[in-house]
Amino acid sequence: MPAEPLSHVLYIDLTNRTHHVRERSDVFAPGLGGAHAATRLLEEECPAGADPLGPENPAVFAVGPLTCLFPLASKTVAMFKSPLTGDLGESHAGGRSAVAIRHAGYGAIVIRGASDLPLYVVIDGSHVHFRDASAIWGMTRGSTSAKIIRGRESGSGLRTIMRIGRAGERLVRYASVTTETYRHFGRMGLGAVLGSKKLKAIHISGRSSVPVTDRKQYQAIYDEIHTAAVESELMKKYHDLGTAVNVGHLLEMGGLPAKNLRESRYDGAETLSGENLAENYLGRRLACGHCPVACIHLAALRQPYEDEPYFYKTSMISYDYELIYALGTMLGISDAQGYLRLTEAVEDCGLDAMSAGVVLAWATEALERGLISTAETLDVKLAWGDWATYIQAIRLIVEQSNEFYRTLALGAHAAAERYGGAEFALAFNRVEMPGYHTGAGAYANYVTGARHSHLDSAGYSLDQKADPARTPEKLAAELLKEEQWRQVLSSLVVCFFARGIYKPDVVMRALAVAGVSLTESDLTRLGRETLAAKHRFKQREGFAWDAGALPKRIFETPALGHPISEEELRRTVAEFARLATEAQTAG
Amino acid sequence: MFACARWQGEGGVERSRIGVHSAGGMEHGFVVVVCRGCEDPPCARVCPTDALKRRKGGGVLLKEALCIGCRNCQEACTLGAIFWDDSAGKPMICVHCGTCAKYCPHAVLDLEESVVQEAAHAC
Repeated sequence: MPAEPLSHVLYIDLTNRTHHVRERSDVFAPGLGGAHAATRLLEEECPAGADPLGPENPAVFAVGPLTCLFPLASKTVAMFKSPLTGDLGESHAGGRSAVAIRHAGYGAIVIRGASDLPLYVVIDGSHVHFRDASAIWGMTRGSTSAKIIRGRESGSGLRTIMRIGRAGERLVRYASVTTETYRHFGRMGLGAVLGSKKLKAIHISGRSSVPVTDRKQYQAIYDEIHTAAVESELMKKYHDLGTAVNVGHLLEMGGLPAKNLRESRYDGAETLSGENLAENYLGRRLACGHCPVACIHLAALRQPYEDEPYFYKTSMISYDYELIYALGTMLGISDAQGYLRLTEAVEDCGLDAMSAGVVLAWATEALERGLISTAETLDVKLAWGDWATYIQAIRLIVEQSNEFYRTLALGAHAAAERYGGAEFALAFNRVEMPGYHTGAGAYANYVTGARHSHLDSAGYSLDQKADPARTPEKLAAELLKEEQWRQVLSSLVVCFFARGIYKPDVVMRALAVAGVSLTESDLTRLGRETLAAKHRFKQREGFAWDAGALPKRIFETPALGHPISEEELRRTVAEFARLATEAQTAG
Repeated sequence: MFACARWQGEGGVERSRIGVHSAGGMEHGFVVVVCRGCEDPPCARVCPTDALKRRKGGGVLLKEALCIGCRNCQEACTLGAIFWDDSAGKPMICVHCGTCAKYCPHAVLDLEESVVQEAAHAC
């Protein structure tokens, strides 16, 4: 059966356990979905000043016109008000989430309200069921609850299971949502939003088809994209060593944050390199639904049972650059097995790995400097490289056993507000930093990006292309232009790893097959409008274009061999603010 | 799955005649379900209207006009490789065109012709 148009939005009300479908071509027009549509849905669903953990905060999931049609159009965009930042929350994930939502017949799903009892929701095409999740609430390992749901539910075609762990249930502000065991809506606390709704998981399946306008043209453009994805150099780094290849690159350049960014080079990092992990641990590679690349790298880790000879278990643990940075180098870990075990602990409870690592790095330095003592840490002696102790601390953050751990569960910024050490709390607009200490471009990106993610405007990439003629003003203009274009990619929705393939010309021809005719200037305008809409939402919720107090640490540690100029960074942010405000006024 | 549906002119996987599912969770890898072109196909044997004709070289071809949608073939297939077209109420069975193999980036799928030797009788 042909899929319902992309503009069909499924509304689920957890308070009343009801659902309905609405035709929203007003929101999806003219042919974009994803971030473009989700921003509009969030704007209308989320009242100004809403409590991010209250029933009034919606969770929106949106896919796009290229989902199910083209390779690497494999991502779902989630939007919500972030409990970490108090403004726009946006997080992207792959797995099978996007194809399952489109196959089920929807362009977007809006989750409203909150349940009084733990629930999981099953969406099978046009059918929606509310199931009791009391028995799987509170489980130590998130993957166990997913296994139980998988066993209980059948799903035709491809299905996705999105679920939260203990961290989401306990409302840790940087709890994630895991999909297909190894992919995440990682950042900005979507896990806590679902936890506040008592929504343990969402199981989505369906098998409707997606019509195309011109079969021959479809095949031709498909082949062009597919060939670029599997044969060209563009994707090579992702399928060979995966994103972990960046460890070596950043180490060599001197842009790898280590030990809470006291260092940007680090002797122990080589054991965590993509090369070493692939050679000694790589056990399997996986791909998201409808992606030929298979960038998901799983390490096989054999662990002995304590006190029991000749008994082992082998875990498959996903690794990526950002996790190696946050749970490895940032914590001074130089033992690959230790890093993998810490990753496993973070996966088990459903925390955002990046925030968790940066929070622990702040705590380690705060303990070292005497801002806190073992009275606060409950005798946990946090120390660089001591992964076993970090595993203990992760569990205490999730359980929030005392005031100190309750504060850590709010993020690094909140911890520094309470205990001091703001100069080394590496968060920007309360979002813990990504793993690129490359220069003013990266930090201007963290401060100004709508998600405060390095993927917003790729400042780290500009830093690596040294250009003496690039003034702060020019840098700001380049960051804004890149972020505006990426709104188009996240509205189609294609994986950012394929940004080298989905250039405007390819995007226009692919959209034509999906029945949408847009020019390059239409695309540019839609990108600009989408970003402006996000900025409006952020400002409505209190975000200000102000670099504010920046952690001094970023100016102390050389980036690519040179100190970062605070003046240059502040000028870049000020110019970005001016240009973005202008773009908002221009509509 | 996407390649199979695309070969039939559609996006999505509704019309796919090949299935892929995880082997009890992503950590265990995947299982591919597809017709292996049996020499003596059980699906054809149980078809009450002879809608499934043995195909030269193995497997079957569906004569849609004869099919009454009884699903006997689906039950008889040990591999579970007979998919169902809900709108037509008829089976969807791989015709061994090789499109899926062509789009398999990691050479997991391959289409090859093999000669089956008669087993020698023990005496």
